[in-house]
Amino acid sequence: MQLKVNGTLRDVDVEPDTPLLWVIREELGLTGTKYGCGIAQCGACTVLVDGQPTRSCITPAEMAEGAEIRTIETVEDTETGRKVVEAWVEHQVPQCGYCQSGQVLAATALLTGTSAPDDADIEAAMANLCRCGTYNKIRAAVRAASEA
Amino acid sequence: MTEMSFPKSRPLNLSRRGFLSGTAGLVLATALPLRPARGQEAAPEAGPPVPLFLQIRPDGTAVLQSPFIEGGQGIYTALTQIVGEELDLDPAVFEVVPAPPGAPFDVMGGFRFTGGSSSVRTSYDLMRRLGATGRAMLVEAAAEQLGVPVSELSTRPGVVVHEASSREIGYGDLSGAAMELAVPAEVSLRDPSEFRWIRAGLKRLDIRDKSTGQAKYAIDVEVEGMLSAAVQHAPRLGLGPASVTNLAEIEAMRGVHSVHLLDGAVAVVADRFWQARRAVEAAEVEWQETEAEWPLPADFSSAGYREQLLALEGPGLQVEAEGDAEAALAGAETVIEAVYGAPFLAHGQLEPPSATARFNADGTLDLWLPNQAPEMFLGAAAETAGIAPDKVTIHSQMLGGFFGRHFLYRTANPFPQAIRLAKATGRPVKLVWTREEEFLRDAVRPMGTARFRGAVLADGTLALSAEVLGEGPTGRWYKAPAGEDSSAHEGISGKPYAIPNRRIGHVYAANPAVIGYWRAVGHSMHDYFYESFLDELAEAAGRDPYELRKELVAGSPRHATLLAEVETLSGGWQRGPYQAEDGTTLARGVAMASPFGSEVATMAEVSVEGGSIRVHRIWVAIDPGSIVNPAIIEAQVQSAVALGLSQTLVEEHVYEDGAPVARNFDSYDILRPDQMPEVKVAIVESGAKMGGIGEPGLPGVGPAVVNAAAALTGRRFRTLPLSGHDLSAG
Repeated sequence: MQLKVNGTLRDVDVEPDTPLLWVIREELGLTGTKYGCGIAQCGACTVLVDGQPTRSCITPAEMAEGAEIRTIETVEDTETGRKVVEAWVEHQVPQCGYCQSGQVLAATALLTGTSAPDDADIEAAMANLCRCGTYNKIRAAVRAASEA
Repeated sequence: MTEMSFPKSRPLNLSRRGFLSGTAGLVLATALPLRPARGQEAAPEAGPPVPLFLQIRPDGTAVLQSPFIEGGQGIYTALTQIVGEELDLDPAVFEVVPAPPGAPFDVMGGFRFTGGSSSVRTSYDLMRRLGATGRAMLVEAAAEQLGVPVSELSTRPGVVVHEASSREIGYGDLSGAAMELAVPAEVSLRDPSEFRWIRAGLKRLDIRDKSTGQAKYAIDVEVEGMLSAAVQHAPRLGLGPASVTNLAEIEAMRGVHSVHLLDGAVAVVADRFWQARRAVEAAEVEWQETEAEWPLPADFSSAGYREQLLALEGPGLQVEAEGDAEAALAGAETVIEAVYGAPFLAHGQLEPPSATARFNADGTLDLWLPNQAPEMFLGAAAETAGIAPDKVTIHSQMLGGFFGRHFLYRTANPFPQAIRLAKATGRPVKLVWTREEEFLRDAVRPMGTARFRGAVLADGTLALSAEVLGEGPTGRWYKAPAGEDSSAHEGISGKPYAIPNRRIGHVYAANPAVIGYWRAVGHSMHDYFYESFLDELAEAAGRDPYELRKELVAGSPRHATLLAEVETLSGGWQRGPYQAEDGTTLARGVAMASPFGSEVATMAEVSVEGGSIRVHRIWVAIDPGSIVNPAIIEAQVQSAVALGLSQTLVEEHVYEDGAPVARNFDSYDILRPDQMPEVKVAIVESGAKMGGIGEPGLPGVGPAVVNAAAALTGRRFRTLPLSGHDLSAG
């Protein structure tokens, strides 16, 4: 099948129900997207599918055919993505960093759709788990990015 | 405190058998001594081996070999601040890589590990000397090149300067010659009052890569020609595979290379991990009892184990005592008794464990894996592979969270399986444990319980007797004898309070589960037991819990200062209940802890919302003696608060029928973003010996929250998590 990932059409030879996560990691070699739980609980595998934050670990690849898939590797290709990354650096958000690809993409999706989110918007959109507990810095960085 | 060190005179026996049984050479100390580097001990006239630790590239940037592994705690950045300060090189131009096993990186005396909140405090002196020695060598090389005496030279960051002739040479142009020079034995260190980078809140080196998906972890390792593997573990430890009844079907699945029966697991090796996983999960396995070293009994349950612990008779081996607790309690008007408990906990680090193994044509083995103790993993890997340790190369990887998960635990590390699969297939193999297999085999934070009896006596002093029941990870893995295993009682022992009549006993009982180190180790639960019971005593005596603590540390200026500091930070102590502006009813709790060489005072503010405790604010005052990076300290305290709160509110690993019930985050709750309170941190530098940072923020959170909850509800919660208590029952 063909998948459009980070603006490029890619041919992949996989079973149609292979989770998008493993197609991205194993077939395309884009390891910034992380496997954490495999059951859409943690959000480490978040990618953008047509701009929507999507848990790629439970998304069959065939469902993403024809869609624009964006992974963390090209997050800085958009102005919103750049702002989010800069805010993440400025606020020194990551610790171990393993969940942060998903967090950055979730924030990018939020700010792309809602340029001035309120606390409830942030709470609803930023639901990915972080075992290092960087939640307060995530909130601060999202606010900063929305004001940048 | 849980800390380990090895005596310098005896080499560590790296074999797994030696590790488990031949531990006569292992010393368990209650405090990890700040010893100089091993090279200096062996030959005090020699300086540190600068060229082995430090490479300065022609462009003036530097590569530092770190004895410690980065897993989010900021150690790489802290080391560049310390080395850069003395070397006179901007920490931002460093690249830091994990050093291989062995000398000279075994800086704890023939050994090192990343844990016990000990990286900075154990290497601080060495890293300063390393930087200063490197600078001296660069200056000497410049003196030769410029034909001037060393005394006429100075440095500014990255450059040696000869002011008299207005000439200067960059470090990058000097390093080739400098690293050939003899290492000077004596160098002078900077006066701390002139520090520019030590004590500054510099930004971390790894943040941009971690914000853009560029950071690589063990799970991201790719080796040419490798296959990928997944396992299905036996449902209960002690069982092993007899057969795969649908073997032909599994072998025929797409991408499958081969199916393997391992100790306690079935593995599928395939072209891709997803193919391996799908196949191994489709495998129908007949399990049978095996000759396992540590079988988990078929009827083992956490509830049953708790009953077993509670049935143990005291008073246990005395681990701390003063005065005569029994006599004092016998003479008390009212004696308060309470039993506390805390559950098993999973590590839940977000990166599932993995290992990549490759046998080379010359019989050597390369191993890429997460680990907190490379020398130990090297020895165990050599034994598993059946080759000499010098034939094994360990490639330590950045850790996607660890919290104690990546020590060497029998049955809980994937690398022995990866080695066997690489051997069997003749190909490099990357093995990843799925989250489900990880929950099944994690080395868990032990369940703990303690019994307390205490009284406030007529003269206003306290009497206390505590019996801690169970086993600590240091007893399990390092054969610390009962009574000398601080991980089994720290946080009940080692408290800062002046209690003239007290006795702490440890009643040892082996834990059938595979137990391990979890962030803050024994402190993760024991300080909760103790500090909550202290509030019970205060209540019984009609005393305010904050005022009582102030009185109990009045003789210790360091602790008195901390208590005052956390009170200031919180805007003033009030136990409550009281009303917030929005009408919410709130209350506060306070607790102290002395973990890993640092001192901590914590306050929490809570309400009840929808039948459960909601934590609004946490204030932490921490005194690590002296500091390197206040921004990293603040981040580490935030992180420790989050984990401490997670286990206080929601975490519990339940065992039934010989296996953990939860197999993923859908059945094992961890703290969610909407449960994270506001956290404020105050750093106090008392000038005391440098303490740890990664763990000390955790132990005070549970008791501060539980004490606040008691103030609010009038109920005393003697087991965690709080989600296990029905608050609507009133």
